[in-house]
Amino acid sequence: MDISKKVEQLKPSGIRLFFDLVLNMKDVISLGVGEPDFVTPWHIREKAIFSLEQGYTSYTSNKGMIELRKMICHHLQKRHGLSYDPEEETLITVGVSEGLDLAVRAILNPGEKVLVPDPSYVSYPAVVELAGGKVVALNTDLSNGFKFSASDIDKACAKGAKALMINYPCNPTGASYTRKELLAIARVAERRDLIIISDEVYDELTYDFDHTPLSTLPGMKKRVIYLNGFSKAFAMTGFRLGYACGPAKVIAAMTKIHQYTMLCASITSQMAAIEALRGNNHDVLDMKKEYMRRRRFVVSRLNEIGLDCHMPEGAFYVFPSIKKFSNNSVEFATDLLKKKNVALVPGVAFGSTTEGYVRISYASSYENLKEAMLRIESYLKQ
Amino acid sequence: MNEILEILAQNARITPEEIAKLTGQSLAAVKTAVKKYEKEGVIVQYKTVLNKELIEDGHPLVRALIEVSITPQKDVGFDYIAERIYSFPEVKSCYLVSGTYDLLVEVEGDNIQTVSNFIASKLSPMVNVRGTATHFLLKKYKEDGNILKKGKQKQRLNISF
Repeated sequence: MDISKKVEQLKPSGIRLFFDLVLNMKDVISLGVGEPDFVTPWHIREKAIFSLEQGYTSYTSNKGMIELRKMICHHLQKRHGLSYDPEEETLITVGVSEGLDLAVRAILNPGEKVLVPDPSYVSYPAVVELAGGKVVALNTDLSNGFKFSASDIDKACAKGAKALMINYPCNPTGASYTRKELLAIARVAERRDLIIISDEVYDELTYDFDHTPLSTLPGMKKRVIYLNGFSKAFAMTGFRLGYACGPAKVIAAMTKIHQYTMLCASITSQMAAIEALRGNNHDVLDMKKEYMRRRRFVVSRLNEIGLDCHMPEGAFYVFPSIKKFSNNSVEFATDLLKKKNVALVPGVAFGSTTEGYVRISYASSYENLKEAMLRIESYLKQ
Repeated sequence: MNEILEILAQNARITPEEIAKLTGQSLAAVKTAVKKYEKEGVIVQYKTVLNKELIEDGHPLVRALIEVSITPQKDVGFDYIAERIYSFPEVKSCYLVSGTYDLLVEVEGDNIQTVSNFIASKLSPMVNVRGTATHFLLKKYKEDGNILKKGKQKQRLNISF
């Protein structure tokens, strides 16, 4: 069968073979997982089950249940001082992944450029290319804590760009931005007239300062598409539920694509999400506390055993350099997996400048992390 | 709760070195704090939580929850009589509670006979004990936050973006 040129040209996931290897192995200690190791809190699961018993099995409105949209807007107002209209400025998506795709497709004309951080979450460059856009990389590395600056954006804009994609705290590096850094980014965005697609799904997992949503900064609400979801803060990855907030015009455009391609998010997931927002946030705070401790432990151990690693501000990832030991992250990860049964993700998965790094997820029990660090240590000493 | 205590409450076997790494404090500071908590009696004991039902060669013990109604004593209230009760080694826990009775006492013994004998000969005849109601435990599902059932394997993939 003849496959679309665009799809064929999409960067193949060069590490697919490595992934297959990991998925087929037993008794692996995995530090390669991009989701919480907590199960969705029981009160949320119980509500999902109850909704099925009550017969909530239909479609919902394209934008998602109004009750959920109202609760999300109320939550954003209370938590961050963000004010969005649940009717016109909010859309329930199937995870933030769908939100990213919709946002990019809603704003891009063929050939238009988008600034994408490198490294970034794997789908960023792909959704831009699928939408016919061109990726302009914003390179970051260990020396700047994997953060780009306002002047990096300014330089990259010299060739013209319509939008900036940002994810903070960041998957895969854990880097996040302070309010001051965001203010500088906001000023450049204003001067360069950039639309910002801001993926803040890890916002609750910010450790050293309070998370500032970009759209709360002066002049930003009209140019930011705010994306968030339930996966990380409520350990609800499998429910596939996210939301997008932004100016009514862009939300209407995104809803148009969503209604033709997705129709609506699952009603069971929406019912569960309502319960998640209704509960207190003790579960969230407990998870965060646990992650903070693991972060300290992992960063300190990695540096001890010779893998240079910065202290990331959020999420549950660290992104250490393996350059002292190898210049090929896929080979390194494969060898470590085969010899020590420890899985992590090669840095090349996340960009073109990340050879020589690996992503380690500390969303794993303390006992696992401890054992994994011992195994990596003994591997490096060979 | 203090972070060191929180960590120790979850895992009594964790070393001071590990606590230092988890909390970002110095090893000396951790050791000093733990010593202090031990001395003050904040840390009572380091012990292992067992699911005794899974111990094959173990002789299963019998536990009962006993509701005890008592007449409080002048000047010392419930404390005097509570002390007389909780001093028996058969008593595993003892709480003063609100409601229709006063003390909730947990008693453990080799079999139903020994527990019953303890109640009949020691607890009930005690001066100021007005009455008891005994509930033998039939099955334990959850104890101190621990679900006493072997957990199912998690369904998470080994690797994902």
